[in-house]
Amino acid sequence: MKQPVENEKSNKNILRITYVVVCLFLLMIGYEGYFLTFQREDVINNPYNARLNSLSDRIVRGQIKSSDGVVLAETVTGENKTESRNYPYGSLYAHVVGYSSRGKTGLESYANYYLLTSHINLMEQVVNEFSGRKNPGDDVYTTLDHQIQQTASDALGDRKGAVVVMEPDTGRILAMVSKPGYDPNTINLDWNNLVENPEEAWLLNRATQGLYPPGSIFKLVTLLEYVRENPEGYRDFQFDCDGIYEEGEYKIQCFHQTVHGSQNLVQAFANSCNGAFASLGLFLDGEKTNQTAEDLLFNKEFFLPVAYNKSSFQIQDQENTWEILQTYIGQGKTQFTPMHGAMIGAAVANGGILMNPYLIERVDHAGGETIKRFTPTVYGSLMTAQEAALLSEMMRAVVTDGTGSALRNENYTVAGKTGSAEFETGKETHAWFVGFAPVEKPELVVSVIVEEGGSGGRTAGPVARAVFDVWFGRK
Amino acid sequence: MNLLTDAGRYLMILLMAIYTYLSFRYFGVGEEKKKKICSRQNRLMFLIHALSYVIIYCRTGEERMILFYGAQVFFLFLYLVLYRFFYRNVSRVLMNNMCMLLCVGFVILSRLSFERAARQFVLVVFSGAVTMLIPFIIDRMWQLSKIPWVYGILGLGLLTAVYFVGNTSYGAQLSIQIGRISIQPSEFVKILFVLFASTMFYQSTSLKQVCLTTAVAALHVLVLVFSRDLGGALILFVTYVFMLFVATGNWLYLGAGLLSGSGAAVLAFRLFSHVKVRVSSWKNPWADIDNTGYQMAQSLFAIGTGGWFGMGLYEGMPRKIPVVEKDFVFAALSEEMGAVFALCVLLICLGCFVQFMMIACSMQAAFYKLTAFGLGILYSTQVFLAVGGVIKLIPSTGVTLPFISYGGSSVFSTFILFGIIQGLYILKRDEEEEETHEAAG
Repeated sequence: MKQPVENEKSNKNILRITYVVVCLFLLMIGYEGYFLTFQREDVINNPYNARLNSLSDRIVRGQIKSSDGVVLAETVTGENKTESRNYPYGSLYAHVVGYSSRGKTGLESYANYYLLTSHINLMEQVVNEFSGRKNPGDDVYTTLDHQIQQTASDALGDRKGAVVVMEPDTGRILAMVSKPGYDPNTINLDWNNLVENPEEAWLLNRATQGLYPPGSIFKLVTLLEYVRENPEGYRDFQFDCDGIYEEGEYKIQCFHQTVHGSQNLVQAFANSCNGAFASLGLFLDGEKTNQTAEDLLFNKEFFLPVAYNKSSFQIQDQENTWEILQTYIGQGKTQFTPMHGAMIGAAVANGGILMNPYLIERVDHAGGETIKRFTPTVYGSLMTAQEAALLSEMMRAVVTDGTGSALRNENYTVAGKTGSAEFETGKETHAWFVGFAPVEKPELVVSVIVEEGGSGGRTAGPVARAVFDVWFGRK
Repeated sequence: MNLLTDAGRYLMILLMAIYTYLSFRYFGVGEEKKKKICSRQNRLMFLIHALSYVIIYCRTGEERMILFYGAQVFFLFLYLVLYRFFYRNVSRVLMNNMCMLLCVGFVILSRLSFERAARQFVLVVFSGAVTMLIPFIIDRMWQLSKIPWVYGILGLGLLTAVYFVGNTSYGAQLSIQIGRISIQPSEFVKILFVLFASTMFYQSTSLKQVCLTTAVAALHVLVLVFSRDLGGALILFVTYVFMLFVATGNWLYLGAGLLSGSGAAVLAFRLFSHVKVRVSSWKNPWADIDNTGYQMAQSLFAIGTGGWFGMGLYEGMPRKIPVVEKDFVFAALSEEMGAVFALCVLLICLGCFVQFMMIACSMQAAFYKLTAFGLGILYSTQVFLAVGGVIKLIPSTGVTLPFISYGGSSVFSTFILFGIIQGLYILKRDEEEEETHEAAG
């Protein structure tokens, strides 16, 4: 009589294991459902996904528009159904909007999936399919502001460089200019010429991919580090500048060997006194500086909708004195991008909190109804609110009392930092400006680089000024 | 044209959903209703099958597809009829599910590669014919439960032979070449192993017997690991641990088994670079998308782009996925026929498993019970690894999806597996019939 008991017991165990297996199968189904509901779009919208291109057999690629509805890219269907992509503003949006006929770059790549998906109503889709017409893809509204983009581009003129304009409290990118550009309408015809002259780098989006020495813009990092290491004593800082600072056999010159005289920390920052900052660097802890630089996104990946390069920074305590002196005034091996400059500026303007920069405002179907809306998201805190307030105060002094005089005006207040970065002996320095306005409640952050532009204050500053003037002129 | 195939696609999904519903509804109704459900399932299956080939013909315009379709219908019809003719008490729902899975396999393989689908068909006909004998053998040869060492030595011998003379493909030694045919013995060894374990535990579940059986099981797993057939090793391991648990009813064995399994997994991760690669391409396929992450990324692109309702046959790019017709066939299904359809297929597999377990529970003799249970676990683990690896729930282990993936050994061994279960079911039903007959007489 032992057998039935045994049997019952093992049947119970079989039942238990059956439940486990059923749960595992349900888990698989749940996981695929989760994938299709939440991860699908992000995953398949990948340049490696060749399947997206096959969607264009059924869908007419949608339009890319500025936030105020100006068409930046559209597909024109000619006679005998040939399609061509038209960019009404030629090179003005070349890098940020990108091109789609020779691989895909910029928003053409990032928004590929939306542009090749149709959300018009199902009946209409069926009718279109029935009559052999392609369905219209969805339209992508960017955060770009046409007037600001045009202004930034005009202000930069024929000079090489880049401008990034962003809202610090949302992360919306209002303008992204890179020069020299190319005409995306004729990219296929011009291709050989474009790639044959690598030194011009027409195809490079300098705003996000251009790695430049930060020059005096880096003094923001040095300053923050000094304040962090000397939370009490930084106000007592004193330096006597005679135009050339000598440390042993090394000499650090101020821009054009300007003699700044007796400087406290605010003055040294406002006047961008190289001697003061180089000397101050000798007292800083390399390890901690690396940390602060990483807090400010050096050596870090960040999330951007277009291709970008990572900024790099490194300092070691054992480094020779020359490297240390150079590094703390933003020369040396440090490299960063205009976009990164805008992000640091935005964090300072926004009380230390960086918002993720973004380029797509919303996606509408061809009938004009909104399918998807993108909202600002927080990246995280790069510094404390007190530190941000302090940096903001210091940057304000740059404009009121220092190198940023080009931004002085009656209508709005600007805080910023200029930079003149040496990159090759015998050539003019790269001119930098990173700043925001109005200081009381920042609405706009602007980052400008003009290659071989000389003085940041005199060359890059006015470009930012032009953008601010248009923005505040609207009110 | 587009409209026709689009409508066909949605209709197929609908029919498949109804079929799947019926295969579960089956468990909850009386005898008369069961018969009705099975007949309805047959009609649905032939409808889905016909619809698929209409679409395939529309898309390719190849007349050989019509011929091929005709041959399949002839085979399926004959198979269903003959099985019931020879064995009155066959489990119809299990046979239906089996044929449904075969149909889906034919359709997706025809789409991926006609030559392979044709070869698969020949193997299916062969396997179907041969394995139809299995219930007959089970009914008459009671000696099958007395020969553990035949199973054990045969299994180990085959595996060792593969280790020494096997061909290497995708980093694993899996197959032996005999003339023009390449055989993957591990597919058959899995079944031999289940028979070995159930005969051993049928003899006794004393500690000595358990140790002996475990040692042989460990040997199997080790040889598989050294042949780099990690999927196979994992399946055998899981099957054995659960069989041991059910045979002894001892939770300690289950705990120890699972614990040592986790330990072995960690060890394998540390020791073998190819395990590390699999795990890292599972954790983040995008990091090395050109190389180690390529297959996983392509699979996710396929499933994602296909979405819930699929791109439609010939509208996707399943051929972009490496070994799509074998290990990654589920991604191709999901891409072109839709996630809903693919998940229905998964549910049908689950339905088969549940049926296996019900048969295991109904068996009185420990040998039959353990065999049915072991084969069920074997089957479900295989499906879980095959599908879970494709949808990135778990690292990919290179396991085929039974009845759907291309591969002769996989198909033949799955036919054997289902044949054994069918044999046990028939045995039980025949017994019950005799009992009622005697009681009535």
